[in-house]
Order: sequence, then C-alpha cells, then structure tokens
Amino acid sequence: MDPTDAATAEITTHTARLRWQCRRGMLELDLLLSRFLEVGFPALDAAGRADFVRLLGYQDQILHDWLMGQAVPADAAMRRLVGQIRAAMRDDAAVL
Amino acid sequence: MPIPHRPIPHRRFDALIIGAGGAGLNAALRLASADLRVAVVSKVFPTRSHTVAAQGGVNAALANVLPDDWHWHMFDTVKGSDYLGDQDAIEYMCREAIPTVYELEHAGVPFSRIDDGRIYQRAFGGQSQDFGGDQAARTCAAADRTGHAILHTLYQQNVRARTHFFDEYFAIDLIRDEEGVVLGALALEIETGETLVIEAKATLLATGGHGQVFRTTTNAFINTGDGMAMALRAGVPLMDMEFYQFHPTGVAGKGMLITEGARGEGGYLINGDGERFMERYAPRALDLASRDVVARSMVTEIREGRGCGPSKDHVMLRLDHLGADVVHHRLPGITDICRVFLGLDPAEQGIPVFPTAHYAMGGIPTDRYARVVAPARHGPEEVVPGLYAAGECACVSVHGANRLGGNSLLDILVFGRAAGTDILDYVAENPNHRPMREADIEPALTRLGRWDRTGEGESVAAVKADLRKLMEDHCGVFREDATMAEGVEKLKALRERVERVRLQDQSRIFNTARIEALELDNLVDVGMATLMSAYHRQESRGAHSRVDYPEREDEQWMKHSLYARDGDRMDYKPVRTKPLTVESFPPKARVY
Repeated sequence: MDPTDAATAEITTHTARLRWQCRRGMLELDLLLSRFLEVGFPALDAAGRADFVRLLGYQDQILHDWLMGQAVPADAAMRRLVGQIRAAMRDDAAVL
Repeated sequence: MPIPHRPIPHRRFDALIIGAGGAGLNAALRLASADLRVAVVSKVFPTRSHTVAAQGGVNAALANVLPDDWHWHMFDTVKGSDYLGDQDAIEYMCREAIPTVYELEHAGVPFSRIDDGRIYQRAFGGQSQDFGGDQAARTCAAADRTGHAILHTLYQQNVRARTHFFDEYFAIDLIRDEEGVVLGALALEIETGETLVIEAKATLLATGGHGQVFRTTTNAFINTGDGMAMALRAGVPLMDMEFYQFHPTGVAGKGMLITEGARGEGGYLINGDGERFMERYAPRALDLASRDVVARSMVTEIREGRGCGPSKDHVMLRLDHLGADVVHHRLPGITDICRVFLGLDPAEQGIPVFPTAHYAMGGIPTDRYARVVAPARHGPEEVVPGLYAAGECACVSVHGANRLGGNSLLDILVFGRAAGTDILDYVAENPNHRPMREADIEPALTRLGRWDRTGEGESVAAVKADLRKLMEDHCGVFREDATMAEGVEKLKALRERVERVRLQDQSRIFNTARIEALELDNLVDVGMATLMSAYHRQESRGAHSRVDYPEREDEQWMKHSLYARDGDRMDYKPVRTKPLTVESFPPKARVY
C-alpha cells in the first residue's frame, strides 16, 4: 500500500470509529451526532475535530442536556460545538 | 476479502452476559460479587445502553407517599396486561420490587426524597389502591433521569466487582452442542474485525428491544433485536411478539415522543383539510381518547388521503392556541424537541406527528428464574440448559399484552437479579465447561462468512429502509387481515432480497457496515416474528388492536403466541393464571 492509500485508509477507519461512537443510548443523540458527523464534521479544522472526539467522551445524559438546550457547557470549545451540532440539525429540518 | 481460516481464540468464563443495560449489569453484579468470572459483551460502551433513556421510574409498593401493597401492584399489573401476563411471575416481580429498590438505594442510586428522607413516589396512570380504588403513588424516580442513574451506578459497581467488559464487541450467535446445551457465543471485535469464542457455563441474553424494525420509533439506533434473533436462530421461539406499544404522537419522520401531556394541556390533532378529525372517531373523549384509538384514527386519516405535508404522511398536533406562556413553561421538553429537530416553535406552528413504536412486551420466553423455556419433548416450557434472558428482549411474561408505566425498569432489575441468582446455582451444579467442537461453532461462522461475498448487489441501507416502512405500513397500529397478509408476503420477498445484499466495504478494521448488515439480519427475523404473530391473533387485546376483530376473546385467545423461525411456524401455550401464594385474578372487561 503506498503512503497516500495508507493515509486514506486511516482517515476512513477514523471516521468509521467516530460513526460508531455516535451510537448512543438515546435516539435524540443518535440523530444529532450522526447528522453532524455527516454534514458538519468534514468542514472542521484539526482542533475542531479533536473537540468533537472529546465531546463524544461525555456521558449521554450530559450530552442530552447540552444538545437539547437544557444546560450550557462551561467549556467554550464544547459550547461552540454544541451550537454547531444544533445548527446542523436545524438545517436538516429546514430541508424537510 | 474473505476471512482467512485460522484458529479462533477462545476465552473461558463462568457466565457470559450479552448486553450491558440494566438487566445485564444487574445480573453481572450479582455474579461478580459472588466471585464468579463474568464476561459482559456490549456492542457499544455500556453506559450508552438504552436504559439511559428511561426517564420515568421504578414501581414498588413502598407506601411512602400513599398507602400501598405489593398485592395492589400485582392487581394493577395483571389488569394492565389485559390478563395475558403470567400471574406467578407478576406476583414475584411485585413482591421483589420492594427489596430491589432498597438494594439500588444502598448501591448509591440517588432517588428523589420526601422531607423525612424516605424515597419520594409519584403517581402514574394505571396505579390503584385497594384493587382498583383510588389513585396510588408507586413510582420511585431519580429526578427525570432514573435510567441514567441506575445504569451508571450498576456500571461502577461492576467495575469494582471486577466484571470483565468486552466493549464494542458484537455477538454473532449462540453456540449450542449436540444436546442443545448453550456453551457461550461467537463474538466479533468491532475494532479489529477479529472473532472470539467466549465459552461460558451459563449465558444471559440481555440485549434490549427492537424498535428499529419500525420506521418511526423512540428507540435508539442500537435497538435491533440482536438477542431475540440469536434465540430464534438457536431454535428458541419468540413469545407474544404481536404486543408492541406505540405512542400516538411521535415526531413524524424522526420518532421522538411528544408526551401525552401536550394533549392533556389542550393540544389537538388536525388532518390535511384542517379538520379536528378526532371529533368523528371519539366524539366525547376527542384527543384524549385511549392511545390505540388516537393512533389508529391518525393512521386511518393518512391511509384515506387526508394526511398533511407534500407526501400526506402525517397529521399535525396544534398547541399554538394555548399561548407561548403555557407551551414554553408547561411543556418545556416538547418546546426543546421542536426547536432542535424541527426548527419551529410549537407555540406558533403545528407539530408534524405520527404514531411511534416504543416498547416490546414480547420476546424470548422465560420462567420467573429468567431461564429460557421452549416447547420440547416433555411440554411447552422445557428449560434450555445454560441459557437465560432478561429485560426487554425477554418475555417472562409480566407485561402480557400491555405494560404499565414504571414496570419496565422494574422488570429489568428484578429479572436481571433473578437471572444472577439462578446462574449462581446452575454454575455450582455444573462446575465444568462442557467440551466445544468445531462443528458447534460452524453455524455462527457461516452466518458471519456470508457477508464476505463480493460482487454487485443491493445495499444494507436500502433493504433496511424498506423493511422499516413495510413493518410500519403492515404491522403498525392499523391491523387487519388483508393488510397483514400482504405484509407477510412482502416480508418473505424482502427476506429473499437480503440474500442478494452485498457489502462494498470488505475491510476488517472498524467495518461498521458489516455490523449494520448483521443487525439487518436480526431485524428481518424479529420483524417476521412480529408480523406473523400479529397476523394470526384474531382478537384485540392490550396493545394488539385489530380493526376486524375488535373484541378480546378469552375463550379462544387467552394464550401466549410462539413463533418459530423454522418454517415460520406459530404455536401457542397457556397463560399461567395461578399466582405463587394468592388467589388468581380472573379476566374482567377492561374499563378505565
């Protein structure tokens, strides 16, 4: 495998891993996170992507409270990302 | 790339638990605390199991707020089951509810409390004092996040008790020997694509429900009926699969629940002509008619071409006449859902709604020790040695034809614990691993290897979408003979199509497409079990509501359905109407 192929394979695997990490115990989170992975994640820079990986490490109930607007993350990076994930869902709703 | 033939590693444990929700973790904790070697296999990280979504609470007759008695709880549960629940299991569950809640309290679950420090209990529908008298208050809750609190507490306790977790492993199939004894399971490590045989003296299926078989569901993506389908493939029938609970108002096309509180506050439904159609179906109760009446009326409007939207595939729930103050303050959860998923304010615009699939009453048949039972030579309830099931994937049956609020968390906790207790005895009596032959593993490997076929074919996503639509159209809330007969034929054709599905991605590492294909297999099997059972039950009972057979028919149909995968066969067995120590509750007309 040449280096370019190896890099592509690594990115594909990384995305697949993230896709599985977006599988949660609540439907609301499944929909929000998988939608964002599809439409918002590719446009993030390296720091934004690292933030998303960090966000996926939070417990379902905390993510639910943040994403449904019932609590606001203290961490500025998480706050920004939560706003982006919610916006991606609203854009999706506008299409329907 | 076909998987090369090389020796598959084996790991040995006393007990294998498949699924890491409340039932699986409660069983695991009991076993690990007794120093057994316990393996828990979970396709997602354990605290991401669907138990986390259970907000309601746990029923137990603690009598902290209002007078209560386990016997009253039992009466309500039998009545709620529309007399299809097994009364021995129901008595056991209602008695055990009390020590189970205290055990959780001691384990650290932060239950909400009353001023004197005892556990607070809230009133839910279907709860009565004194066998059908005044409202009871029976539900213990940890604010509105009871499932989350229970799951995290159990997980932490399991880590402390040294339960071995196989996180992000997918169970392919059970392994049985020639005598039918369950020896463990074949699992796939999602990260590496490597297979692993987990040998165990006892195996518990605790994989949850299968809401994903319906297009509109409240269930998370993970709820694909994996354990139920594994049982079917191992030759165990599924029981009472026609009984599936739907909520009338889910967000159309997405599934999230819009609580009944919305209609309680004065919300009403309209069709595509702007008509309040419930005036025709339930002139007195209107939008507050029973769940099945509202849900079926909605679908009837859509079927007859009076739906809303460009595809006329939903109706609208209107709250805008209530004013922003009422909507935003009394229904904050609904306001959030609408803003996030629909980009609208329910105080200004209608909400597109459609009935949403929520909870399976049926599943893998067990006795009250959580041992899997199946028809065999000596009767309809012979124990399958080495195999247990608990939680939503199981049918013990305490919910019968319909489930009461607050009884599902109770079910997973009581019968998860019961499974743990019985496995302790079973392992003591069967202290040695039985020999496992290559041939015993072969069927599971064949199932996995099927997805290595390459070439042109249909996609998993396309077949899955068609399956979910088919189940919604032919086995949702509108059930009658012709619709379901057509559904059975279509599903048989779809099952043939699955044979022609090919995976384009044949990589090994984190190949989630392969996992989704294996889940599709499972969904098709549980879909057929659901549809066949519903088609054959010619009566209306609990959540199974037939247009062409509107009455409950106790003489002919007070019996459990059993669907076997081999030949799509239906069989039946009697309801256990005799409780353990008290008198039976005979069937009465269901009037609320």
